[in-house]
Amino acid sequence: MALIRTSSPHLHKASSTADVMRMVTLATLPGLAAMTFFFGWGTLINVIFACLLAVGFEAAIIRLRKRPLGFYLKDYSAVVTALLLALAIPPFAPWWITFVGVFVAIVIAKHLYGGLGQNPFNPAMVAYALLLISFPVQMTSWTAPFVLINGGESWNVLGFLDTLSIIFTSIEPVWLDNYTGATPLDAMRHRGGLTTEEVWSTVPVLAEGIGAWHAVSAAYLMGGVFLIYRKIITVHTPAAVLGSLAVISTVFYMVDPYGFADPFFHLTVGGTMLGAFFIATDPVTSATSNRGKIYFGIGIGVLIYVIRSWGGYPDAVAFAVLLMNLSAPFIDQYTQPRTYGHAKPKRGLKGDA
Amino acid sequence: MATDYRKITMDGLWDNNPALVQLLGLCPLLAVTGSVVNAIGLGIASTLVLLGSNLTVSAFRKFVPDSVRLPIFVMIIASFVTAIELVMKAFTYELYLILGIFIPLIVTNCAIMGRADAFACKNPVKESLLDGLMMGVGFTAVLVVLGAMREVLGSGTLFSDMNLLFGSIADGWKITLVEDYTGFLFAILPPGAFVGMGFLIALKNIIDSRMEARRAESAPDQGAPRERVRVTG
Repeated sequence: MALIRTSSPHLHKASSTADVMRMVTLATLPGLAAMTFFFGWGTLINVIFACLLAVGFEAAIIRLRKRPLGFYLKDYSAVVTALLLALAIPPFAPWWITFVGVFVAIVIAKHLYGGLGQNPFNPAMVAYALLLISFPVQMTSWTAPFVLINGGESWNVLGFLDTLSIIFTSIEPVWLDNYTGATPLDAMRHRGGLTTEEVWSTVPVLAEGIGAWHAVSAAYLMGGVFLIYRKIITVHTPAAVLGSLAVISTVFYMVDPYGFADPFFHLTVGGTMLGAFFIATDPVTSATSNRGKIYFGIGIGVLIYVIRSWGGYPDAVAFAVLLMNLSAPFIDQYTQPRTYGHAKPKRGLKGDA
Repeated sequence: MATDYRKITMDGLWDNNPALVQLLGLCPLLAVTGSVVNAIGLGIASTLVLLGSNLTVSAFRKFVPDSVRLPIFVMIIASFVTAIELVMKAFTYELYLILGIFIPLIVTNCAIMGRADAFACKNPVKESLLDGLMMGVGFTAVLVVLGAMREVLGSGTLFSDMNLLFGSIADGWKITLVEDYTGFLFAILPPGAFVGMGFLIALKNIIDSRMEARRAESAPDQGAPRERVRVTG
């Protein structure tokens, strides 16, 4: 028996795009499970539907672009895009929301720019922003966590078949109102003159239901830590996003605790965790070097806070990520790492010290 | 040199279309094409201004000193725009209110200034008039197609509110394509205009390259590969 003797490194092969994408999919599973547990079957149905659509659109446009079908479908990138989009949209969003979103993400935001690796903007976030701007009513009515429904004694989320019929038919039963409600961020944003403390004690979604959002965020955090552990992403981007968001919200909370929400709230509700670990870390659309990733993440964290506190929309992860996507090439230009033995590159105006 | 009216026509409508090829006048093009009626309104207004300015610039082209030609063109265009604005105020007041600032802004539409400087000040009156008409029609056509696309996508209707422009005859022209349409706000907002415009330009490029390919196919021999002749034994 001949043993192959090789020197280190002992890696079998470079990790392919498909491996990375599979790992990301795997890492979203805790979040998906938590969403399903607290908000019912809607998210799971949306995820499956979006993935099927994404593969369909991807196949169609690859055929249209006369590229090898199997090679591009096997990299799972369309599935990950659809997955992230479906996790971001409300669980009871009607089917055409998902349809329009996936079409925009795959066809317009990804393939019209040249396909995977050429897209300047995160496709899932382009689609999310477009949906939020176009269909504000459907995109801001969220499902209530099960603890708020019928006293919350048991796991009474809406049944699987009822959820299917709400998503795929346009019939809206009268009792649907029992199962929907505002998100915590929405409640905090449209507080109607109450102080932060009053909002916390009066609005049910904050007073009793906030645990659901904390749990979902914790699940995404778990998935994110797994990705860092498997070296799919580095710690820089999420740390910068969460760190800067924590710092800026602490500063404002200390100045005016009645007008602003506390930092823990900002970190654990809405799309913060999903955005920090799964969306801001997209290797195509974020900054490249480690130093660049830190600036990129700080930008996202600060923008999230600014848009949440003073902007027109309750959550801001999509807009923050898109704005920083736009500045990623600029960040890359100024954060090129110095190769060993080479002088520091001169940038900026001549005559600077 | 005999004037090539055919070429002027084709240039304005297709080959050198102000909106699709020169990409001029994009500001009104993108801003007001939320519905067909807005598009037709602004298209007609722009065409009339273009006709008037091309006619005047061409008629006075021998008296205009080269060094101050641009201010003079602006004055001429501005007078026509003012006239059109007053006409719209008088006859289509509601449409005038909808189009708002974009009617006075026709003055700054580069397509009009561009035709005055590139064509009318160098060509006789008849050709300039035709050029103005064709450029205007080409511009209007793009406006209407884009307006129709955005109206269908954005509000699920076609030709709504046409009575603002054509009076009560047009009351029944509105076609509702989808009942209970939710409305796709993106198509009506400016980003939708940019994306729609991109698709239109892409469509024109596809048609052009298809026609080019067909022409190359039907042209005798010219593009055919030559056979190599063996000259040595």
